[in-house]
Amino acid sequence: MAVLIDLVLLAMLAITALRVIFLKDLFAVVMLFGIYSFLSALIFVSLDAVDVAFTEASVGAGISTVLMLGTLALTGRTEKENKHSSLLPFLVVVVTGAALVYGTLDMPPFGHPDNPVHEHVAPRYIEQSPKEVGLPNMVTSVLASYRGFDTLGETVVVFAAAIGVMSLLGIRRRSEDETPESGLKEHQVLRVVAKLLIPFVVLFALYVQFHGDFGPGGGFQAGVIAAAAFILYALVYGLPLAFQVIGPKFLQLLAPFGVLLYASVGLYSMFKGGLFLDYNTLASDPVAGQHYGIIIIELGVGITVFAVMLSIFYAFASQAERSNVQ
Amino acid sequence: MFEQHLAALPIIIPLIAAPIALILGRSLLTWGFATLISAWACYASWHLLLAALSEGSLSYAMGGWPPPWGIEMRVDAANAFVLLAVTAVSTLVLVYSKNSIEKEIDSAQHPLFYTAHLLCLAGLSGILVTGDAFNLFVFLEISSLATYTLVSLARDRRCLTAAFRYLVMGTIGATFILIGVGMLYMKTGTLNMLDLAERIHLADGNRTINTGLAFIMVGVSIKLALFPLHAWLPPAYTHAPSAVTAFLASTATKVAVYVMIRFIFTIFGADYVFREMGMDLILMVLAIVAIFKCSYMATAQSNVKTVLAYSSVAQIGYMVLGVSLVSVTGLMAGLIHIFNHALMKGALFMAVGAVFYRVGSVDIKAFRGLGKQMPLTMAAFTIAGLSIIGVPLTVGFVSKWYLVTAALEQQHWILAFLVLAGSLLAVIYIGRVLEAAYFQSASDDASAAEVKEAPWLMLIPMWSLVIANIYFGIETSITTEAASSASEWLFQNSKVLEVSP
Repeated sequence: MAVLIDLVLLAMLAITALRVIFLKDLFAVVMLFGIYSFLSALIFVSLDAVDVAFTEASVGAGISTVLMLGTLALTGRTEKENKHSSLLPFLVVVVTGAALVYGTLDMPPFGHPDNPVHEHVAPRYIEQSPKEVGLPNMVTSVLASYRGFDTLGETVVVFAAAIGVMSLLGIRRRSEDETPESGLKEHQVLRVVAKLLIPFVVLFALYVQFHGDFGPGGGFQAGVIAAAAFILYALVYGLPLAFQVIGPKFLQLLAPFGVLLYASVGLYSMFKGGLFLDYNTLASDPVAGQHYGIIIIELGVGITVFAVMLSIFYAFASQAERSNVQ
Repeated sequence: MFEQHLAALPIIIPLIAAPIALILGRSLLTWGFATLISAWACYASWHLLLAALSEGSLSYAMGGWPPPWGIEMRVDAANAFVLLAVTAVSTLVLVYSKNSIEKEIDSAQHPLFYTAHLLCLAGLSGILVTGDAFNLFVFLEISSLATYTLVSLARDRRCLTAAFRYLVMGTIGATFILIGVGMLYMKTGTLNMLDLAERIHLADGNRTINTGLAFIMVGVSIKLALFPLHAWLPPAYTHAPSAVTAFLASTATKVAVYVMIRFIFTIFGADYVFREMGMDLILMVLAIVAIFKCSYMATAQSNVKTVLAYSSVAQIGYMVLGVSLVSVTGLMAGLIHIFNHALMKGALFMAVGAVFYRVGSVDIKAFRGLGKQMPLTMAAFTIAGLSIIGVPLTVGFVSKWYLVTAALEQQHWILAFLVLAGSLLAVIYIGRVLEAAYFQSASDDASAAEVKEAPWLMLIPMWSLVIANIYFGIETSITTEAASSASEWLFQNSKVLEVSP
């Protein structure tokens, strides 16, 4: 049965990908990208990787679809005619694909318990992490503690992306009198539904944030979901009102603050005589220390991801409004 | 405390400083802050190199988790040596950038520039210091994203297409590296480099590992702009702000060369990469083509930044050539050239940036008569240019000397000849600029007559590099000792017999 489900999902994935290549309408392409991400998320679920599926669904299908639509608002929705010869790119793709297929020939059998990935490092994560780190969700233990330095790096990657977008687009605030009509004033149903929905979305984000230790979730997903709530508000009620709720200047402080919050845990553990990001030193009981550390760093991740996603949306949206006015 | 955390400091310091720089938000303030931070990281790297030379290698377990379960920072002579070059150049470039970016970047974006520079520095240091293959990818992403931002900051809007091209190529490179690392993980179940090295050949059936090697080598080759995957580099270096070009040309591609060396020698093992897979021949051919094709391209450009950019691709050819010789001397020549080329190209691009600051153009015509108008800048350009050519008493000569020695050790007479012939092309492309500066008179219009010498804040870092070019060209023991012990270390730990002379 599982094989059948995998086959169907993978076939749908392939069809979506092919469709993306040949479609010229970029709006449809963005929608297909969303579907592609949802299909990938389903495949991750069938692989029992719920945390990854959750991230893929919220980031791939959720926020990046919105951001790509934001880009389309600036660039137009049809693909330009490509005048380059496509022979060389085609060859490169064929060779890469052939290499990947060749690489699968000696791949360990799928899901076999004797595979190297299950035998070397993983057993300690599975057997010791409930005692060493004390969390029921081992994925969080690995991400936030064993490989916490990677997660700090990933948070900085998100921060670096924000620096890039800010330097290219910037967030423009205009004075009151030239504020263009934005938002969806005449759509009463949308406005009411959005108003009802937003508190629950924010509540769900907080749940995902703080429940990441026990179930799938954590800072990355929570930050994205919370940003989605504010993006929905900005879409329905217009940018100027959204700026009154959370202004771009504040976000510009919030994004670095999250990274600093994460890093400060590391500095504090150094100060307490441990190595960088050694949560054992945070409290007299190592397991309690691990727990404090993970809660704080997940919060740092959540804050940075939230601030960065929302500022990127603001940057796109304020540009789009400006080009509409002109 | 300083001693205990030495291996982590060069990453942590700029990594934490970058968000602070964004919060500080004022141009002058962030400049001072970023410069001090970079100098501190440089100081830490210097101590790290000393520690690595005396102790062999240092390990630092992030989060207190022992490797391979946690992420390990691992410092030996090889990466400490490159790290020192990167942090030193970063500090000098930051001193230099105060004036330079006033001319080339909008003032509202100065805090973003310094933040991106610190992020880039943190990323590059992370790539160098980490002992974990996936952690390397994370830091590669940080440095790459920061680099694309830095390139796109220039007032000259052509930088945007250049940055976009760089972004697309760089992302493909990073993805290839990630695919390769994933394949290795599948076959070994570990990400720690030393652990990978031990387990990589235990698994039966090598086809997945072979593919992993291929993906990693192609990905890294894009990052280090190895011919024919170098097309992103010349436009990026030409249109980026001068301070950015000076920094990237002397660090980013060099770090990618280090990554290649690390993957070949520490993870896969030179025996497997060179003997079984025959990579040495491929690398050697590509390196030689790079040296000649790109040196030739450099002689045909009119924009001096483009000339130097093509020259960079050619110089990368020399480094890869050193690696492809599969001998301690060859690898040492490659490592020493990483360090030396940072000194030369840093100085050259700083001089060109100073010319842009005063004249407003970097076309070769704009250099006419500058020998008289900007004597110090052009003298710096001349000495660094001689170093690129490989004239004795400069570091360029030291690099070429060891490269030729390494080639002759293996009776590669033709190779030795080709290295020297490549220098002749360098004579042409550097010579064209010098001819314009010293032997052609400036155009007659009034604006050209008013060109003054560059400000001190630009001259001091430029001349520090020039003096380093001469100092390490005469007093060669420091760099050769570090490079040879790094090279020996890599070979010892690579379980391979040298190709016998």
